Amino acid sequence: MSPIGLNHMLILSTALFFIGVYGFLTRRNLVTLLMSIELILNSVNINFLAFNKYLYPEKLDGLFFSLFIIAIAAAEAAVAIAIIINLYRSHQSIDVEDADSLRY
Amino acid sequence: MDPATIVFYMLSALILGAGILAVTTRKIFRAAIYLLFSLTGIAGLYFWMQYEFIAAVQIIVYVGGIVVLIIFSIFLTHTGGMDMPAALKSRKLFAALAVLSGFLLTVTQITRHSFNISGKVAVESNVRAIGLGMLGTGEGGFALPFEVVSILLLSAMIGCIVIAIKNPSRS
Repeated sequence: MSPIGLNHMLILSTALFFIGVYGFLTRRNLVTLLMSIELILNSVNINFLAFNKYLYPEKLDGLFFSLFIIAIAAAEAAVAIAIIINLYRSHQSIDVEDADSLRY
Repeated sequence: MDPATIVFYMLSALILGAGILAVTTRKIFRAAIYLLFSLTGIAGLYFWMQYEFIAAVQIIVYVGGIVVLIIFSIFLTHTGGMDMPAALKSRKLFAALAVLSGFLLTVTQITRHSFNISGKVAVESNVRAIGLGMLGTGEGGFALPFEVVSILLLSAMIGCIVIAIKNPSRS
């Protein structure tokens, strides 16, 4: 068995990304959609750190990128949850099928 | 197999298994807990890669912040004890097909591509180096994005308050 290399990390993050995409396509609840987005963002972070570790170990750029992604993901989750709570107040539901006021 | 390889496969199994359960379980609270396990496994993977600072940030921000926020929003919006309705069979089938084909395509591309693995000695990623890089303005400095992110966090905070505040004239 070969030692763990870049390919192992990339396949792991690809699997995590597509697990998130599957959740995004099948779920109908806004909170679970948000969870799928978190999985997708984390797979991106794994990619940045793996490229930094294996291809550019003399720099720290990938690490800074994933730090900024974590900060932006936190801001995005907070705004999304504020919108979800506001939607629940006005529609009494957080199903995406019920949130169709902006459709037409 | 050396111990590092075994630890990597255990962490991968934790991340992917908890991730699959988080997107397929029909109990929403359990989905949040499985997401917590998956994120903790990712923090363990960062420890495995010897990026200790970012692993700590992952635990603090994701496990301590975002998952707690998600659990509170479940408490506020979920009508207790009910399972979520299952997704349509056809939707599940097509989503699985799309996901599998995308996964196979990407994995084929990854295994065919040969990366130039660098043999250079790794720079130490201690907190001092990260802090100097974060506030540096020269080459390899990230002072401008750091300031922009601080503005973004401030505006997100104000935006959250404006969106979620109760309008007294409506209620």
